[in-house]
Amino acid sequence: MTTSVPDPSLKHQRREHALMLALVSPALLVILALIVLPVGWLAWQSIYHDGFTLENYRRVFTEDVYWRSFALTFEISLAVTVIALLLGYPVAYLANSVPKGWSILILSLVVLPFWTSVLVRAYAWLALLQRTGVINQFLRYLDVISEPLALVHNTFGTVVATVHILLPFMVLPLYATMQKIPGDLMQAGASLGASPSLTFMRVFLPLSLPGVLAGCTMVFVLCLGFYITPELLGGGRTVMVSMLVSRNVELYNQFGAASAVAVVLLLSVLAIFFVVSRFISLDRVLGQK
Amino acid sequence: MMRASPARIVLYVISALVLVYLILPVLIIAPISFSSARFLTFPPPSFSLRWYQQYFSNPAWMQATRVTLTVALLTVVIATPLGVAAAYAISQSKLRIMRLIHMALLLPLVVPIIITAVGIFFVYARVGLVATMPGLVLANVMLGLPYVVISVLAGLQSFDPAQEMVARSLGMNRLRSFFAVTLPQIKSSVVAGGIFAFISAMDETIVALFISGGQYQPLTKRMFTALRDEIDPTIAAISTLMTAASFMLVLLASTRQKRGG
Repeated sequence: MTTSVPDPSLKHQRREHALMLALVSPALLVILALIVLPVGWLAWQSIYHDGFTLENYRRVFTEDVYWRSFALTFEISLAVTVIALLLGYPVAYLANSVPKGWSILILSLVVLPFWTSVLVRAYAWLALLQRTGVINQFLRYLDVISEPLALVHNTFGTVVATVHILLPFMVLPLYATMQKIPGDLMQAGASLGASPSLTFMRVFLPLSLPGVLAGCTMVFVLCLGFYITPELLGGGRTVMVSMLVSRNVELYNQFGAASAVAVVLLLSVLAIFFVVSRFISLDRVLGQK
Repeated sequence: MMRASPARIVLYVISALVLVYLILPVLIIAPISFSSARFLTFPPPSFSLRWYQQYFSNPAWMQATRVTLTVALLTVVIATPLGVAAAYAISQSKLRIMRLIHMALLLPLVVPIIITAVGIFFVYARVGLVATMPGLVLANVMLGLPYVVISVLAGLQSFDPAQEMVARSLGMNRLRSFFAVTLPQIKSSVVAGGIFAFISAMDETIVALFISGGQYQPLTKRMFTALRDEIDPTIAAISTLMTAASFMLVLLASTRQKRGG
């Protein structure tokens, strides 16, 4: 037998690879044990209960409660996304078109609520919107209304508070994209005789579309899985998918059904990410670039 | 400067309204917490610290606060080194699998948290980690890891690995050259990542709802339960304190990041 002399650089490279894998493995282990395994467990539990069964999925796709909840969740997410875009675009546009100091101020105001807990903000919205809340008191003081308006414990309250929480996820990618649009393009449009609104529609808006897509994706996907806000502000009537999952676990001990709902929700999210990734880089959606 | 066109004025008005909408809920809590009224009235009838008193004198709230602070601190202590090591390996290694690993480490941001929470609950129920401190800490370490990894990777992007090579060629071993050359240059991103992990653990609610219980319930779980039943202004006091803590930490993180790295 001939013993081959190990190539020192190859040996070095192998040691380097082993070291890097060793460095990354503790974090990876945590991820595998605490998110990959649990989600895998859910998936398994949704199809296996003393033998393979699709019963849970049959229920999710045929029973009214489930259908209605999925439909409602998609409707609310769509509404929230559209409203967030309509509110977020002007703010991002303004932040992009004012001097640096002002844009820092605007962006800080956008990010500020981001760092208050979702729970705290749900409480704040309850305080503002409930029958004896700040807004109703104010409107009655002005004699605009005689009876308090039902602003919360319904879908309206849920949407108001959800848009509030998700708006930063819309404004930041929009702003990042707008920043990359060269200002001379607008000047070129103007010098060629186009009105400001025409240059905006034909030049600026199309160039900002990747940011629109990134922002909308993030807001929509996050909204699909929202739990705290609808639970506290929906008044029990706005049953979003996440609440279906939690009720099946906590109230009814329907672990199989809960798992199936969770799997369908997760697949919806992954499908959206997949479709979007064909158009723009996912790094952009996740706000990494 | 051009004179403001009508379209420009509309833009200003809309943006101002949106910013008020964003800020108002954050600003409304503090006055409620300092009000003497049992029910929410605005403006508050008179100044009072009774809700803060109620918070600090209630053993259940105090126990929950201890749990939250312990969990958040342990989360930082564990997630930061794990995240730094992982980010370092991801940025230095040319192995192709690292891209996949990088994506795996960001999973907690992608999977809807309610799904993660229920999944962890099922696994914990099997291994007896429900309603325990280690269970709570481990879950928060997982949730905090992406923040550390993202922050440190951003810091490493502007770092030139050749510097570490030089240190090693001068006879330092790998570990020493990392601590002597690399770490000082990415220190700010490491601190910022740790702070974000702390805030994430402090604010985390959904996983705690499913897996925490007994004496190991964090503040957020107790707040959630209290909010479901009635609106107790004590929660306004706690919310004000939590928000103040978050803002100070974010300020700390951003001033650190500005100093480079």
